[in-house]
Amino acid sequence: MNKEFIEIRWHGRGGQGAITAAKIFAGAAFVSGYPGVVMAPSFGTERRGAPVMTSLKISRDKIYDLSPIETPDIIVVLDHLLLAEADVTHGLKPGGIIVLNTPKSFESYNLKDYRFATADITAISVEAGLPHGMVNTGIIGSLERAINLVGMEILIKGIEEEFSTRKPEKNSLAAKIAFERTVTGG
Amino acid sequence: MHIIENGNVAAALGVKLCRANVIAAYPITPQTPLTEKLSEYVESGEMKAEYIPVESEHSALAVCIAASSAGARSFTATSANGLLYMHEQVQWAAGARLPIVMCVVNRAVGAPWNVWNDQQDSISQRDTGWIQMYCSDHQQIIDSVIKAYWLAEKVSIPIMVCYDGYILSHTYMPFDAPDQEQVDAFLPPFKPDYALNTEKPANLNTVTLPDVRMDVRGELAHGYMEIRYLLQEEMRAALAVAAEAEKRFADIFGRGGDPYIEPYLCDDAEYIAVGLGSLTYQLRVCVDALRKEGLKVGVMGVRFYRPFPDVAIANALKGKKGVIVFEKALSYGYEGALVSDLKSALYEHLAGTGDLPMVQNFIAGIGGRDIRTEDLTQTLRAATKSRVAKEPVWIGLKL
Repeated sequence: MNKEFIEIRWHGRGGQGAITAAKIFAGAAFVSGYPGVVMAPSFGTERRGAPVMTSLKISRDKIYDLSPIETPDIIVVLDHLLLAEADVTHGLKPGGIIVLNTPKSFESYNLKDYRFATADITAISVEAGLPHGMVNTGIIGSLERAINLVGMEILIKGIEEEFSTRKPEKNSLAAKIAFERTVTGG
Repeated sequence: MHIIENGNVAAALGVKLCRANVIAAYPITPQTPLTEKLSEYVESGEMKAEYIPVESEHSALAVCIAASSAGARSFTATSANGLLYMHEQVQWAAGARLPIVMCVVNRAVGAPWNVWNDQQDSISQRDTGWIQMYCSDHQQIIDSVIKAYWLAEKVSIPIMVCYDGYILSHTYMPFDAPDQEQVDAFLPPFKPDYALNTEKPANLNTVTLPDVRMDVRGELAHGYMEIRYLLQEEMRAALAVAAEAEKRFADIFGRGGDPYIEPYLCDDAEYIAVGLGSLTYQLRVCVDALRKEGLKVGVMGVRFYRPFPDVAIANALKGKKGVIVFEKALSYGYEGALVSDLKSALYEHLAGTGDLPMVQNFIAGIGGRDIRTEDLTQTLRAATKSRVAKEPVWIGLKL
């Protein structure tokens, strides 16, 4: 993966907090030496439960192109059921990474075209003390494990700042556990 | 301090730093988060202002007109049909010479109904007597709001700060949020020559006759035509004041540039793409790609649309082979409004000199249609090779 310019597309459901997660990751990337970060949510008809996506571009230079990502390096999926429900891998570069919240085993995914990074974020988040279904901080740990870009310390700080009034330690704990348990390969 | 936020927050922060006294707005997508943020600032006490919820955009601007007449620094914001509904008061605010600042979060106008970005809303208000500034990123949004208050109050003309809906309003990127002390140093408190005052009552903008006449004090008062002539003259003179604002801003905040246009790789360019807003930043990526192919292209953003910086534009385009104007709006029945204005400026300043460039017009992104960078690059490349047959050409049209 070219670490000078990275395109990440996030897929979740309305209300799952994919945008907040992408925003935290953007902030951490900026702090760690990427002056160009642009996070653009999909626009218009969001509603709770429906598939939503947001794109995050990370660059060593200021980003002038705000158009949607067409060929992402990485896909982050907050709900494994979206793999069947929406065309989440659309445009994913050959050898691209899919970071997936799933209760299924790593081995159950086809590794031929893409690399996977999986963890049961839903269970991990409950273990960290978060309400069932709060997965947007855990997935940050999985993403970092998969691409090793900004460092967990900066991400933890970003998570605790974003959630300063909403269980900051439990949220950062979810990310830490997810980082440890994420299985990568391919 | 650099923060990562969306464009609406950049605008709201600018308004807060300018210490606006009165905010009146009616929510409309994609402007809504901007007014929500301002109401949060006021509710939490972070901002000392009167936030007046109103039942329509027409009332929002009516409140700002009243507040500004009473000497309050006033702010409103809207989009699309909200701006159109405001239109009567838009004209009034300019005629009354009130330095209101309004953010227009650019969105397509109905019908058919559409909430996505183009620039038909603000372009359709071109002739209302408001100054119009266009922003290409979040830094320009917050900086333009701050500059706009200074300029508006200096020339007594209201200003629209326009930025692309969703593409800028809902997209997150880093920008420098200035310190309150810096903004206070740049922008003194609003002190109009006359503000409504029960001790010193006055009639404002009453029926004004076609011809001049003696007023109640026995002094010769302007007729309607003189008042409107002065709006035109002072609007033109505002160009020089905008340059002063830019210089003053650069001195205090350490950033700035040409007040009217934002050229990129234009000096040695043979062909220059021109546009308003974020599209011109996307075009930089196309220019970079075409430069690698050896094509001498550049791109120029127009920051002020009214008053129109005709001299700056003509100077920048003088002697070029071609000018390719990309627009997200048009004057139905002819062509893009910007390209008409630009050709007029070129004719005025370059006709007969042999330095007149060929001009082409493309329409893109109407109603939020994705503008693919690849398509834009292809269009620009083709425009340098040969002239298209029928203009304006709509990019990405699926007919």
